[in-house]
Amino acid sequence: MSAVVKPCLDIRSLSAVLPNGQRVLRSVSLSVQPGEVRALVGESGAGKTMIGKAVLGVLPTSVRIVEGDMLLEGEDLGRLQPKARRTLIGARTALIPQDPLTALNPSRRIGPQMTDRLVRILGWSGQRAETRIRQLLDEVQIRDPDRVTKSYPHELSGGMRQRVLIAAAFAAEPRLIVADEPTTALDVTVQKQILRLIAQLQREHGTAILFVTHDLGVVAKISQKVSVLYAGKVVEEAETADLFAAPQHPYTRALMAATPRYTDPFASLKPVDEAVLAGLAAEIAAADQAWRRPHG
Amino acid sequence: MLLQRFLIRLLTMAITLFGVAVVVFVVIRVAPGDPIAMMLPPGATDADIARLRALYGLDKTIVEQFFIWLSGVVRGDFGTSISLRQDVLGLVFNRLPATLELAIVALLMALAIGGTTAILGARERGTAVEAGIDIASGAALSIPDFLWGLVLILLFGVLVPVFDISGRVSPQLDLPFVTQFYLFESLARLRFDLTKDLLGHMLMPAIALALPLAAIISQLLKQSLKEVLDLDYVVLARVKGFSETQVILREALKNAALPTLTLVGVQFTFLIGGTVIVERLFSYEGLGNMAIDAVINRDLPLIQGIVLVFALLFVLINLAVDMMYALLNPRLRHG
Repeated sequence: MSAVVKPCLDIRSLSAVLPNGQRVLRSVSLSVQPGEVRALVGESGAGKTMIGKAVLGVLPTSVRIVEGDMLLEGEDLGRLQPKARRTLIGARTALIPQDPLTALNPSRRIGPQMTDRLVRILGWSGQRAETRIRQLLDEVQIRDPDRVTKSYPHELSGGMRQRVLIAAAFAAEPRLIVADEPTTALDVTVQKQILRLIAQLQREHGTAILFVTHDLGVVAKISQKVSVLYAGKVVEEAETADLFAAPQHPYTRALMAATPRYTDPFASLKPVDEAVLAGLAAEIAAADQAWRRPHG
Repeated sequence: MLLQRFLIRLLTMAITLFGVAVVVFVVIRVAPGDPIAMMLPPGATDADIARLRALYGLDKTIVEQFFIWLSGVVRGDFGTSISLRQDVLGLVFNRLPATLELAIVALLMALAIGGTTAILGARERGTAVEAGIDIASGAALSIPDFLWGLVLILLFGVLVPVFDISGRVSPQLDLPFVTQFYLFESLARLRFDLTKDLLGHMLMPAIALALPLAAIISQLLKQSLKEVLDLDYVVLARVKGFSETQVILREALKNAALPTLTLVGVQFTFLIGGTVIVERLFSYEGLGNMAIDAVINRDLPLIQGIVLVFALLFVLINLAVDMMYALLNPRLRHG
């Protein structure tokens, strides 16, 4: 039995440009299978967050998609009317944002911020949404849901707020979650707990995750597959275990070499090798030239 | 704690009003122009002048006059108008409702026009719609209220006469009102025929007063909205599936409104100041129109009474703005 499984998310040669014509995404292709965690790793500015935003339809207005398709469970997002696309994304995806301090509305209580999608987009009754949220708050190990749902964001710690956002993301049983560096803004001890929590909920709910991070340590812990990104281009794609065992692309190897190790932090804390970057620049220039030819 | 803050607030209000009273009292007595000279026919004898001066207490020193007046004010006696020979407090309270109605209608119009254009401009940011709103609000802002009054009189009073250009209400109408709040009372009594007539008189002066404030609200609120619309929680709301209009109304508006609210409080006091000239322009029987007459007639007690009531109004508006600010901002409420 080899029934073809429809990918949860399928991105095919996606390119995006800035108003000055510079490409910020360079023919990106990647897919996420149902229930799978795909890590998107790269340095700042590599375009990894951009890919997540493109999928969720929240790219900055200055960035324009010029080529490629994005299929969410087989539905071509580019072909849908704006309203239909918005509703589809609202129903089937969720976002775990980077900074829990800015991702909650300061003037609204936590409870309504968690239930609004369930009630107003998915049409659940208030009662059902309430019950669901309590269940999820329990799953993210929040022991006093009454206090938390009645609180304003500024009354909760960063770690608590990220738990709230994770609970809200899983509440509607989305097929795909985009996790945009969800641990970067937290302090180190909380990072581990949050990461463990996301991994646990992901297993229990079987949700596919596109996990954006710059941290190879996080990649190793949470993902089954990895796409390594440089300057908006996927330079290597592999099973996570294979990537760590035998990185193919020189940039991947350089990135691994540049990851700080706690055994010898000063010796290992160094930038990516110059020669590798020069090679990459040539690779990207060639790719851009080849791309421009048919695109004028 | 809360009571203490409230008492401090009351004390500062009292000090402010006292300061205003001193300044007005001294300035209108030191400035050139003699009320007695305005009252007597030419050729009055020095004895007549002295007698009249003594009758109004103007022969005493300014300090003495001030404390005589102040002790009356504390007891609710603002003195007698020199030109109208009536109780000042009665005159002021008779006219104040007309001005308050005009100012409130103008404020509501400014909020409606400014708010709508700000939301529309923020939703259509970067398009020709936003550019159009920017141009319109720039024009509205650079023309002062009294000039708008003249423009409106020309347009809708003379060229296309749809509105009444003078007075507060048509003189031939029978008015059943027991208060001076004609507009509000006509609504309460469901006498919409009278409401229509009152609005027909009020609309042009109200628009003249509202347009500059509407432009300020529009520009500031649109800017705040655009800043808020880039924030993470707004992006998250879009991912949830909410439309741009829903996102603006549910997530962005309340947080973006805070800076605008403070400014509206300050600007509303300017708007009330603007009623003085605009009421004159439209012969609208309000406090501002009476203020101009009082100044022309050197009616010292009346000027003092009107200015003090205006000052009280401004102080109360500031208090209301502070309270609303605390109400809208949960971080202040608990602090």
